[in-house]
Amino acid sequence: MISITEEAPVVSGSSDVARRMARIADEISGPAADEVDQQGRFPSETISALRAEGLLSALVPRSLGGMGASYSDLSQGLVSMGRQCASSAMVVAMHHIQVASLVRHGRNDLLRNYMVELVDRQYLLASATTEVGTGGDVGSSVCAVDVADGTFRLEKQAPVISYGRFADGILATARRSADSPENDQVLALCRPLELELEQVGEWNALGFRGTCSPGFILRASGDAAAILDDPYGDVSTQTMLPVAHILWSSLWLGIASAAIDRARRFVQAEARKRPGMTPAAALRLADATALYQQFADLLRCSVARFEDIQDDPDRLSALGFAIAMNSLKVSSSTLVVDVVRQSMVICGLASYRMDTPYSLGRHLRDSIGASLMVNNDRIMGNNAQMLLVHRGE
Amino acid sequence: MDETIRDVLTEHGRLAVDAGSIDESTDLFASGMTSHASVNVMLALEDAFDIEFSEKMLRKSTFESIAAIRAGVLEMKDA
Repeated sequence: MISITEEAPVVSGSSDVARRMARIADEISGPAADEVDQQGRFPSETISALRAEGLLSALVPRSLGGMGASYSDLSQGLVSMGRQCASSAMVVAMHHIQVASLVRHGRNDLLRNYMVELVDRQYLLASATTEVGTGGDVGSSVCAVDVADGTFRLEKQAPVISYGRFADGILATARRSADSPENDQVLALCRPLELELEQVGEWNALGFRGTCSPGFILRASGDAAAILDDPYGDVSTQTMLPVAHILWSSLWLGIASAAIDRARRFVQAEARKRPGMTPAAALRLADATALYQQFADLLRCSVARFEDIQDDPDRLSALGFAIAMNSLKVSSSTLVVDVVRQSMVICGLASYRMDTPYSLGRHLRDSIGASLMVNNDRIMGNNAQMLLVHRGE
Repeated sequence: MDETIRDVLTEHGRLAVDAGSIDESTDLFASGMTSHASVNVMLALEDAFDIEFSEKMLRKSTFESIAAIRAGVLEMKDA
């Protein structure tokens, strides 16, 4: 069940969230983006700036001290951030996916109090949903929480925990008990002091280098009330999956937007050199712009689709909605690469070189990650399965 | 009818328990039925009872227990 129904988002207050995220993106994330990428380092300046403005609790309802921002405002903010630094935006998106899960599925006193604390201390939350031995299927777990005398213990081999080293808390999936089948999962909030991370390997990837995502052995314990009230299956269907696909798509749109900006400026610079002659690449720009519009409008509609039913667990659990949200992820992760590649064709060598105002190497590398993080083939496989029984809209 | 439902669950439910003897209110998803398996259960039920579940019946709750499945099948048979 969903619990964020206390109040409607305040329109003026929350569009402020998008504006403030855009300012931080332009002033802080952008200037650091190349260094974050080259050194594969955590974008600490962006997170500090968001913290200073209380933006890490943007999604927490006002009744708990947060901003009660809407998903469309957060989405807009992430487009701006993705435009400047995709790594920063990905960290911020993943954090808000965890906050959304807590806010919408954590009802007990401990979790409510934790959200108040999160607002106060501006905690950064990470996620440990994948596990060694499950073949990348986040819907099943090998590890189990061991609950005794009101305390849980958990040990998990996580092949990836993005920014695990820098997080103030980690939401981890596990089987409900040692006797539970692999898909009967819960989500446990693991907090410092009772959380130990042993790093396994390094994160040296083609893109999203600043997300700092190596593997870890996670060992945690804590009050059993830190296990979310709803089963992970419900959290995933009603919140994690749709919110993740919306927020990821937002920052991917930001990458595409940065690319098409460069392409447009390139064509316009060409046009200024020979007024009266339409540059050859202008036609390609028109093509790429149509593609970009598809992407932007798809995202806007998908955010609205979620917001329209966000407090209705039944409609959130419908096959048609799951198929639509999966399709969003697959489409936008494909569109981002298409827009970046077309923009590179428009800008030519100026985009291929690493030292021009039209460089798009980082954008291309980041964009390729989109279809691989939760592989599109796995997502399409899930849709294929659901379409065996779905009756259409 | 219950026997057919239990047969379908035995063949397609991939339960960690014996579908022939579980209580009719036992939570099937908590007993190991994945969403992938539940789709196969759904298809096999449609074939066995010559019905087609309507869109609004395609919910986790329709397939969460033998009792829920029976209610769903009866509703579709009456439709």
